[in-house]
Amino acid sequence: MNENELRSLIDAVKARRLTRRRFVQIVAGVGLTAPMATQLLTWSGVAHAQAKSDYKATKRGGGGPLKLLWWQGATLLNPHFAVGTKDQEGSRIFYEPLGAWDTDGNLVPILAAEAPSLQNGGLAADGKSVIWKLKKNVRWHDGKPFTADDVLFTWEYASDPATAAVTTGSYKDVKVEKIDSHTVRVLLPKPTPFWADAFVGTRGMILPKHLFDAFKGDKSRDAPTNLKPVGTGPYKFTDFKPGDMVRGQINMDYHEPNRPFFDSIEMKGGGDAVSAARAVMQTGEFDYAWNMQVEDEILLRLEKGGKGRASIVPGGNIEHIQLNTTDPWTEVEGERASAKSRHPTLSDPAVRDALNLLVDRQAVQDHIYGRTGIATRNFLNNPERFRSKNVKFEFNVDKANQVLETAGWKKGADGIRAKDGKKLKFVFQTSINGPRQKTQAIVKQACQKAGIDIEVKAVTASVYFSSDVANPDTYTKFFCDIQMYTTTMTQPDPELFMDQFTSWQFSTKENKWQGRNITRVRSDEYDKTYRAAEGELDPVKRAAMFMRLNDIAVELRAVIPVVFRPRVAAISNKLRAPLSGWDNDLWLLKDWYREA
Amino acid sequence: MGKYVLRRLLIAIPSLIGISIVLFTVVALAPGDPFEELATNPNIPAEVRANLRLKFGLDDPVAVRYVRWFTSMLQGDWGFSFVSRVDVDTLILQRIPVTLLVIGSSQLLALLIALPVGVYAATRPYSVFDQIANTLAFIGFSLPTFFTGILLILVFSIWLDWLPFVYRADIASTGWRWVWDHFKQAIMPVAVLGLAQGGSWTRYVRAAVLDVIRLDYVTTARSKGLSERVVVVKHVVRNALIPVATLVFLQMPAIFGGAIITEQIFRVPGIGSLLISAILANDTPVIIAVTFVLSCLVVLCNFTADVIYGWLDPRISYR
Repeated sequence: MNENELRSLIDAVKARRLTRRRFVQIVAGVGLTAPMATQLLTWSGVAHAQAKSDYKATKRGGGGPLKLLWWQGATLLNPHFAVGTKDQEGSRIFYEPLGAWDTDGNLVPILAAEAPSLQNGGLAADGKSVIWKLKKNVRWHDGKPFTADDVLFTWEYASDPATAAVTTGSYKDVKVEKIDSHTVRVLLPKPTPFWADAFVGTRGMILPKHLFDAFKGDKSRDAPTNLKPVGTGPYKFTDFKPGDMVRGQINMDYHEPNRPFFDSIEMKGGGDAVSAARAVMQTGEFDYAWNMQVEDEILLRLEKGGKGRASIVPGGNIEHIQLNTTDPWTEVEGERASAKSRHPTLSDPAVRDALNLLVDRQAVQDHIYGRTGIATRNFLNNPERFRSKNVKFEFNVDKANQVLETAGWKKGADGIRAKDGKKLKFVFQTSINGPRQKTQAIVKQACQKAGIDIEVKAVTASVYFSSDVANPDTYTKFFCDIQMYTTTMTQPDPELFMDQFTSWQFSTKENKWQGRNITRVRSDEYDKTYRAAEGELDPVKRAAMFMRLNDIAVELRAVIPVVFRPRVAAISNKLRAPLSGWDNDLWLLKDWYREA
Repeated sequence: MGKYVLRRLLIAIPSLIGISIVLFTVVALAPGDPFEELATNPNIPAEVRANLRLKFGLDDPVAVRYVRWFTSMLQGDWGFSFVSRVDVDTLILQRIPVTLLVIGSSQLLALLIALPVGVYAATRPYSVFDQIANTLAFIGFSLPTFFTGILLILVFSIWLDWLPFVYRADIASTGWRWVWDHFKQAIMPVAVLGLAQGGSWTRYVRAAVLDVIRLDYVTTARSKGLSERVVVVKHVVRNALIPVATLVFLQMPAIFGGAIITEQIFRVPGIGSLLISAILANDTPVIIAVTFVLSCLVVLCNFTADVIYGWLDPRISYR
């Protein structure tokens, strides 16, 4: 899809010939996230969708306890220190951001009175500032009013490097100023088409100034409120044991009518995913369990219990295979896989094409992941609804053989193809994880038929995903020919995500392998398009550029996308919980209720 | 005696320092990084991680970190968890009540089984009772807890739906209801641990009693015309239990250490699950603190066992 096609689609939405939802679906099919798609509409002057609520409870409270099971318990309750999503979710019970993302990518105002747009003057036409109007009737759990000072403070807190907040990336480059007691302006350093980052979603939760003021910067760890949160959310804090239990009770002063439904909430941590699924779907001890990394076969069997079901929500996780462009087996200037080297065999595009043909994504989906892993060709996003249109991936051993044959790779006596004495032998690494080892086996088998010898290797996850400079088996070093893991696109805007194929992001010894271009692929067109996208003011042009970047990365075979992995949760049949793939599971906890 | 105690205490100090050095180095040299989750998230700039490492002093050489840890440990500061940023001693203290309750009662259960069964089996060796007790004991300690745990869950929670399989340390109910709820959820983990331990202790008690029951003084007691009950309880068991008491005492650190696998299966928030989640998250201060506390307890319990042994059996002298 190019810029013009994209524009005509937007016009169609404006003229109401196309629904918003359909537009989001189409754009998702070419690799953009749903929030990114709705931001395009906002910039083009299409009004925000009015978020329809399915909330049916007619009074506050009376719903009894809500029991959540998180098989990795929350370890801290300050959202700006949250190491993983488990901590974000624990904090999200008590804290709220200004706006959140629903599953269609719409920006839903939470603490904001309305979502900023061109029409309501919230968005500056030059894309350099955003005005947020705040709700006026909001009180912190301790009774103090919520004002613009709290928003301003949250920015100061998170942007201070001494605080060591993990959310700092969203705050360090922006400036925030107070307009009046309930209005703030976010000043962006450059025209930013994707402006809804600070104060929005997982990294946007607002902290109370009056409780954190004394604990900014170096003293951040000492704040008693790190463990006893005082927020604006639907439930008030009662008790917290790190790694084990978070408990809350109903907030009778919540800023929306008839909410929340439940009288108390508890989030129990620990154990494993399968037994968590059991506790929800089979015995009904719990109402909701998060992150079901469980084989679909087991989920299907548990669903027969009739007490609960698996809820599958699209998100931005892609299980993908990376092909090394550098030589991991010889040292160049004292460095393996040096950016200056070239892989002896994988650098041949024919070999890459053949490998792409040898990954049987459909089999991986059918036999391993089921509903929890959908075959995909895109690296950027979820094309689920468009599979029929976009079936560009194919699995074809004969064609792979043919490609290799034409390129001059001849089978030797041992059945392994070779050219100029270099054999097609690769080491394929991934982390230790049941489905991954099965995927490795499927790929290995297909490659064998095409005369490629694959040696599989599995590394403990805690080593593989660490940033340990001394260990050769980390994924960022990629001292191997082929590797596979899931990358998460937690941010709806692809700019940060897509810098992983730019030449200035090479992961090298010099930057302690912290560079994001792990495959060390180099493409002038990619670099040029990326630079252009960075400076592009026109959101539509920019979106078209990101679609192009996705295509280049896939065409270069720097990555071979395997399956897109939606978010899976186990949920009681009676519980109504609006979920979103673009935000935390608990993003709309206020609207959760149980049907009679 | 006083001199002996003092000497043993003085010997304990260098061994504890040695233990702490080994522990610290091994944990520090182990691969992994507490901020691994940040590393895989593309939206978190690498500087954030570098900044955190710097702030928590992870980039210093191991020796420097050890000295820093050791000096603050001496002042009672155990450091704080990299993951939750909570003080380590708070984390450990939070977990102790549950650990003591669950593991303690399982050890108690084991004793309650092992003592009568072991003694009775030994007084009637190779009888039907002895054979059955032996077989059950073997089954008890040869089945791994992760198997019996899951088996119990399958039978009592899923098929029969009698017992909950998620252990919750704080239960909202009050009064007798609260006691009942606690009892109900503790049955399975306590049974799993208690039966396994009880099995091996039964064998041990039986062997100890058998050793004593053949001795001449027991025959003398019998020929004096004492009733069998008095012979067994007063003369046999008393002497046979000396080694058993030591064994049980040496088991004490395990009560504090928790039971990693069982705690994981039933989601018991004890020390064991704290340790395993700290290990999985590479949370070094917590790993070191927990393991160091356990080694201190082992050293201490060994020492106490030695002292108690002498007190139980005055023939042993201290030199």
